[in-house]
Amino acid sequence: MKAAPLLSVENLTVRFPGATNWYGRVTSQVHAVNNVDLCVLPGESLGIVGESGCGKSTLVQAVIGLVGLTSGRVLVDGHDFAGANGTLKRDLRQKMQIVFQDPQSSLDPRLPVWRLITEPLHIRGGMPTAALRARAEELAISVGLRSDQLDRLPHEFSGGQRQRIAIARALSTDPELLILDEPTSALDVSVQAQIINLLLKLQRELGLSYLFISHDVSLVRHFCDRVAVMYLGQIVETGTAEAVFDDPAHPYTRTLLASVPSLKNSLLDVDASLTGELPNNRRLPAGCYYRERCGSAVPGCELPQALLTVRKAGAEKASPHQARCHLHIPA
Amino acid sequence: MTAHSVQRPHALSIENLSLEFPTYAGAIKALDGVTIKVGNAEIVGLVGESGCGKSVSTMAATRLLPEGRYKITQGSIRLFGRDPMAMDEEELQQVRGKLVSTIFQEPMNALNPTIRIGQQLVSVIRRHEALGRKAAEAVAVNILADMLIPEPARIMQAYPFELSGGMRQRVLIAMAFSCNPGLIIADEPTTALDVTVQAAILRLIQGRARRTGTSVVFISHNIAVVSQICDRLYIMYAGRIVESGPTRAVLDRPQHPYTRALLRCLPERVRPKEPLESIPGTVPNLLDPPPGCFYRPRCPEADTRCMEKPHETALPGGQAVSCWQRAGHPSLPSSEVPS
Repeated sequence: MKAAPLLSVENLTVRFPGATNWYGRVTSQVHAVNNVDLCVLPGESLGIVGESGCGKSTLVQAVIGLVGLTSGRVLVDGHDFAGANGTLKRDLRQKMQIVFQDPQSSLDPRLPVWRLITEPLHIRGGMPTAALRARAEELAISVGLRSDQLDRLPHEFSGGQRQRIAIARALSTDPELLILDEPTSALDVSVQAQIINLLLKLQRELGLSYLFISHDVSLVRHFCDRVAVMYLGQIVETGTAEAVFDDPAHPYTRTLLASVPSLKNSLLDVDASLTGELPNNRRLPAGCYYRERCGSAVPGCELPQALLTVRKAGAEKASPHQARCHLHIPA
Repeated sequence: MTAHSVQRPHALSIENLSLEFPTYAGAIKALDGVTIKVGNAEIVGLVGESGCGKSVSTMAATRLLPEGRYKITQGSIRLFGRDPMAMDEEELQQVRGKLVSTIFQEPMNALNPTIRIGQQLVSVIRRHEALGRKAAEAVAVNILADMLIPEPARIMQAYPFELSGGMRQRVLIAMAFSCNPGLIIADEPTTALDVTVQAAILRLIQGRARRTGTSVVFISHNIAVVSQICDRLYIMYAGRIVESGPTRAVLDRPQHPYTRALLRCLPERVRPKEPLESIPGTVPNLLDPPPGCFYRPRCPEADTRCMEKPHETALPGGQAVSCWQRAGHPSLPSSEVPS
């Protein structure tokens, strides 16, 4: 039995004009997101991991409509989001909310907390001030703020508390999907733990779905049911968190996991040649995008790679473990 | 006296240092009796949350704090046996870069955006070494190649904005090592970088330091990163050192409740979806810190003794902890952190 996906992204591509010539015509393009397919089921958490510049943030901004799509579709509850109009668009929009990385810059410094939290409801309109304030109080308490803090301004709060305000604001429209764009990377570890616990608690209580972006692999493994690994705007591996992290099939995923500093093993065992950087995304490489950095590249890698199901006994049918590598070399 | 001249002085020795920043609201007690020793060719980690005084202690040692805006209330600092507080500006310029150099967190802010990489490197080298332009350029190209920078000759001609973050950080590390300093202070050098690049940078710093016998102070809020390359660790909380010792000992047998809480916060040690341990409450206000142990308001083990400031207890194996709960028990209890 498989529930209908809450969010499904089909063949999404985002390009930005990179350079223009003397006439203002675009001469080169930045290929930020390349043919991404993904879906989020109700109540589940999908993590997206990858290096900076791999297109994680552009992908979610395209999903929520902050960045225009070049091609592809975003379906929310089965309705096309980009093509929707009027009340349908408004309703779809309220099903998705986003929490940004830096609460310092994502909260208006001049608004008191209760106004910040209810800003989305204020924009939607139709609620009297007293009702907004009551709702703000309810939301503030649910994210662990005190009701006597409602009239304070954002600068009076610590980073962790500001992130709580941002989460309360995202929850104000009763969304079904929260997009979390590196919500804890600006915070200390002890505060990060508080925010992660809060998000897990909210998920249990409200049945939220999360689309969680992070470069912190151990956090994604802890937090998410499924993960997608991105490289150069493309999903190179996807599957359940255990499958991808415990038995990675793509060479890039293996390098990424080996580079994560851990208390148990030493970093210095990782092969130096593999720890390179992303290639330029102005001109996409032919064939496998990872070929130049890959330690196990062979003839055949110069052909375009498709996401193939990793043949493995006991793989779940609902979320197959797929990798964009024709080798599937076991680790 | 003779014993002193035989034994080489510590690369960095901070002894019982207290430092405050006077403000209109009162004095912010940024450091309170901090003792940090960095031996020759030793890599030492300084770990703590933001605002705990990690950067202040090393910036005080290199006199990079704004002059006249801070007050040292007690203690002393020695850099290779010399007192930086007694140096004049000319001496400081000789010391910085040649004896001690610093790698900062944000490489874009540490490089001049209007000057080519090569010129910035050469001017650092020529300030401290008696080399001609050509010879200094050769040194610069060599050290860039040593940092695994592809095409170092081309990078010499590039401006900082043309390079990626990881590349810029490598240039800064090259610059820090360029005059063969005795001590390098790495202040969160990998925080702004990706894990794959971070792995490469950590390896570079460690490899070069081990080859040249350079001492390193590695500052980070990430205990996992520090554990990768450091011989010894200092854990700081609210301007005090709460625990110190060899890296493996501190990680395997953390003694201070704060160190243990810090390790339990990491998702690595918990099963997926289980709540992570978090530390209740917040860091104390350093304008008006609580009496006794600063960690007391958040500590699950606190009792009446903790109303007094704990003194440092040395434990077997080189570990030291400032906690009353450990003061009476010199024997090491086994690890309480699930592995």
